[in-house]
Amino acid sequence: MTEPKLSEDIKKVVEKWRNKKGSLVMILHEIQNAYGYVPRETSLELSKYLDVPLARIYEVITFYNYFKLEKPGKHRIAVCMGTACYLKGAPVILQELKELLDVEEGHNTKDGLFALDVVRCLGCCGLAPVMMIDDKVYGKVKKEEIMNILSEYGKEE
Amino acid sequence: MDKKIVLLKDTSIGAADKTKEYYSLILNLLRDQNLQDSVQVVRVADIGFYDQGLVLKILPGQVTYGRVQESDLLPVITETIQGNKVLDRLALEPNEKQLRIVLRNCGQIDPENFDDYIAADGYAALKKVITEYKPEQVIEQLKASGLRGRGGAGYPTWMKWNFARQVKAEQKYIVCNGDEGDPGAYMDRSVLEGDPHSVIEGMMIGAYAIGASQGYFYIRAEYPLAVERIQKAIAQAYEYGLLGKNILGTDFSFDVEIRLGAGAFVCGEETALLASIEGKRGTPQPRPPYPSIKGLWGKPTVINNVETLANIPVILLKGGAWFGKIGTEKSKGTKVFALTGKIKNSGLIEVPMGTTIRDIVYHIGGGMLASKGIKAVQTGGPSGGVIPKEFLDEPVDYENLQKLGSIMGSGGMIVMDEDDCLVDIAKFYLKFCVEESCGKCAPCRIGGFQMLSLLENITSGKGTASDLAKMRRIALAMQKASLCGLGQTASNPVLSTLKYFAAEYKSHIEDKKCVAGKCRYLLNYQIIPEKCKKCGLCLTNCVFGAITGNREQGYILDPAKCTKCGRCYEVCKFKAINKG
Ligand SMILES: Cc1cc2nc3c(=O)[nH]c(=O)nc-3n(C[C@H](O)[C@H](O)[C@H](O)COP(=O)(O)O)c2cc1C
Ligand code: SF4
Ligand code: SF4
Ligand code: FES
Repeated sequence: MTEPKLSEDIKKVVEKWRNKKGSLVMILHEIQNAYGYVPRETSLELSKYLDVPLARIYEVITFYNYFKLEKPGKHRIAVCMGTACYLKGAPVILQELKELLDVEEGHNTKDGLFALDVVRCLGCCGLAPVMMIDDKVYGKVKKEEIMNILSEYGKEE
Repeated sequence: MDKKIVLLKDTSIGAADKTKEYYSLILNLLRDQNLQDSVQVVRVADIGFYDQGLVLKILPGQVTYGRVQESDLLPVITETIQGNKVLDRLALEPNEKQLRIVLRNCGQIDPENFDDYIAADGYAALKKVITEYKPEQVIEQLKASGLRGRGGAGYPTWMKWNFARQVKAEQKYIVCNGDEGDPGAYMDRSVLEGDPHSVIEGMMIGAYAIGASQGYFYIRAEYPLAVERIQKAIAQAYEYGLLGKNILGTDFSFDVEIRLGAGAFVCGEETALLASIEGKRGTPQPRPPYPSIKGLWGKPTVINNVETLANIPVILLKGGAWFGKIGTEKSKGTKVFALTGKIKNSGLIEVPMGTTIRDIVYHIGGGMLASKGIKAVQTGGPSGGVIPKEFLDEPVDYENLQKLGSIMGSGGMIVMDEDDCLVDIAKFYLKFCVEESCGKCAPCRIGGFQMLSLLENITSGKGTASDLAKMRRIALAMQKASLCGLGQTASNPVLSTLKYFAAEYKSHIEDKKCVAGKCRYLLNYQIIPEKCKKCGLCLTNCVFGAITGNREQGYILDPAKCTKCGRCYEVCKFKAINKG
């Protein structure tokens, strides 16, 4: 992931959307996609560039769960808390992850290796409880397996 | 030999997905047989069968094979694909209780292939409509069909379109609601991924009927594949002149764009969704004015659910009267459900309105998973309710589900067994609504929070006799005074579980017991001295110091220190710890 080297990228994104109505959410999506979060400096630049108050940009960012203000950990763990997964023990899985990684949902581990997120139905309820690490889906997860799964994502890589 | 298509999907439950592996195996075999140019292999998201191992469907001809092993591949190719012979030992019987209208193309065509959609009568309805029908006639067909919105409320689609049509305005909009908020469902996602053109076609017919020249797809950003497929399909439609100016040489012009949702359930609500498309915080506005009069940027706007739109082309092609024959008196057509929970076959199903819950659970869902009995079925997600097992023979339609205290909703259907605690389920849904409340109005923001803390008390043994009455009062206030549907319906899961399972609430409150064994703080752990082998494992595992003792005298568990974490119960190899 490249560090925000803003101006040029932002300009490009903004130009693409400039003449469309109500494009702020879509511009933020592009920034979030590029960096994995919306860095504060980017919001500042965006505010100048679009000539909208910073407060208006933050008002939108903070409303939507999808936009993050913090740089995400290297690997994203997404635990499904959809109904089927909830019934089949997802809370136990989440609790175990929190304890093993010493982290609360929505945050990064201290070493920055993992970000722990809770998501809704991933569309494979037959495999409940389900969790994803980056793009990989783990189905029928058992509490005892979690340690092993996590160890696949060692510090070096 | 005619060109053939092989669709494949690994439908195994609980094993690694082998679709990719088999995809390569089949391609290799086809190359060996020199068939690579006459047979196309496509991986699909949904193939209409579940838990049948690797499933192959061969088109044309529609033979479906299940539990296909590697050694079966060669015979399938030589005998079925080349020889047109059906291998009976592998053939799957189609599930006769299902009827596929919305999912007609899902798993049948390659969603990224424009020609596939055309070959399946794609855009034929659009062509017929814009060259032969007046907008009024489209609405008449819809009226005859009896189609009602599939996004939850079940409002007749023809009426919505008719309102918007009658308003005079130089600009109108049509929006597809692909925000799919129910946390246990994925119907709309599957349609967007599996048959994107049918939703676009449905939207275009709607646009023609109401006089809109611009459409928006509002899709959750969490559905990247759905976004990609719609994007691709839109590009293809432009390429073939089906979008843009003067479509098919008529006066009808229409453009479409995609806008992404960003993880807010309330944005599924119409006015919040429109605010979000306008680039703002997605907070609801009071209605009226309804969007069909004053919507996006103040212009008349129709908002339709994905499944609603996917029904439209078929209705216009086969006629409203045809559609009106399917289903019950007031609920026409079919409904797609994401059937999950404690049943054997989880998956997407589509049934005619009026199918009984029993047929869905036992014939399509394959029955209950373990030997545990069925307790209830939940429909309507966080705005819905539970239907206890006494009503299994009730037909599923809008009126009937409402009569039973639930709603049709967008299509989540969750089957629960004796191990599930209904108080806990109510808490789960209410917590979801509280987390997702936008906070704009007090009844929802404060009422939801208060009701949730009462439920938390009840499930942790701190409930009191007056709590149920308090919850009912709050629920009433939320229903009556909340600004939008989220707050108005958030108490439904609580009310419906109270209606049918009051005894379960009472045993949580009075006896401090959770019969299902779900509510952690109501469990008690005890060491059974007769079974204990004095190994000491539980002591070393209890980080709270609740277990004391030694190898000689044995071990005891102090309930006052126990945090009910359950570690000891899990580690004891001799089942010497009792949980209850
Ligand atoms: C809180 C809330 C969430 C909603 N979520 C959705 C949704 O995810 N998908 C959807 O199609 N409709 C949803 N709706 C209903 C829509 O507001 C709207 O009624 C529907 O999209 C209209 O389309 P239809 O007439 O085709 O059903 C939601 C409503 C509320 C109040
Ligand atoms: S009912 Fe809830 S979600 Fe709807 S406007 Fe009020 S606070 Fe927001
Ligand atoms: S782990 Fe089981 S057998 Fe061992 S001391 Fe504890 S209760 Fe007894
Ligand atoms: S609820 Fe977790 S995958 Fe559907």
